[in-house]
Amino acid sequence: MYKIAVMGDQDSIYGFAALGFVPFSVTDPQEAERTLRDLAQGEYAVIYITEALAALIETEIDRYRTAGLPAIILIPGASGNTGRGMTAVKKSVEQAVGSDIIFGGE
Amino acid sequence: MSTKHVNPTRMELTRLKKKLVTAMRGYKLLKDKRDELMRQFLELVRENKTLREKVEAGIQEANQNLVLARAGMSQEALNVALMAPKQEVSLEAETKNVMSVEIPVFHTRMRTPDPSDIYPYGLAFTSADLDDAIKRLSDLLPDLLRLAECEKSCQLMAAEIEKTRRRVNALEHVVIPETRQSIRYITMKLDENERSSQTRLMKVKDMMLEAAHHYSERTAAQEEAEG
Repeated sequence: MYKIAVMGDQDSIYGFAALGFVPFSVTDPQEAERTLRDLAQGEYAVIYITEALAALIETEIDRYRTAGLPAIILIPGASGNTGRGMTAVKKSVEQAVGSDIIFGGE
Repeated sequence: MSTKHVNPTRMELTRLKKKLVTAMRGYKLLKDKRDELMRQFLELVRENKTLREKVEAGIQEANQNLVLARAGMSQEALNVALMAPKQEVSLEAETKNVMSVEIPVFHTRMRTPDPSDIYPYGLAFTSADLDDAIKRLSDLLPDLLRLAECEKSCQLMAAEIEKTRRRVNALEHVVIPETRQSIRYITMKLDENERSSQTRLMKVKDMMLEAAHHYSERTAAQEEAEG
């Protein structure tokens, strides 16, 4: 049985707590890395993380790209959409196809 | 193209021929795998894109509501309202094998199945915006989970496609031509050896006949007698 975690600054994530996701309020990159590592080893299959926080711990997140679980999914935070989540999808396309054919070079 | 050094022997030739057959078969299979993976990946990534657009828009709306809710309520009241979540989501994760890529499939289980029974607080002391925000997020929940599944699958498949493409290219442009070249080299070399031993044998035969029958002496004597 797996659970779902959501990481980010307090303002962005407390809404998700009401859905039954387990919120982890972190803003410090080092602490975020540590939390992410703990969560990935634990019982969490999906970890939603705000784009703002993800930007700070990019290398750590990249490590889980090709691993099985957990799935780390970027979501826009309270401060707005930075487009980082879409960039991650774009990156997958570029990795697979060699060039970006879905997003039409936006 | 520079050839690797190979021993021009029959054994090596047989080995290389076998290797070529395997390489060709592997190449065909891997190419099929790559094409099929690519087809599925493109389908999935399109879905991923639309889902992500939808989810991002939904979260944005929910966040706007949350901001309003926070403005209308005190921080304490908000914290208290959300302190004990009623809803609980747990996941059952399975994997599905798509062309040797293990992609995750999630089955969700929620504690309260009734969508109107998600609010972890009484409605009297909280802002209506909070209800809206939570309703929005809750409506978004299936999409959020599907997005997780989809995006993870995309990442895994992208990695696998990259690997397969490299293998296909290595076979197509390196292994197969090199093996062909080596086979050609050995065949030529063996043919050449064959020809050289053939001529050598003919020469030896001539020499042996010469030694046995003294043809040249005889012809010389004959010519002398005639002339």
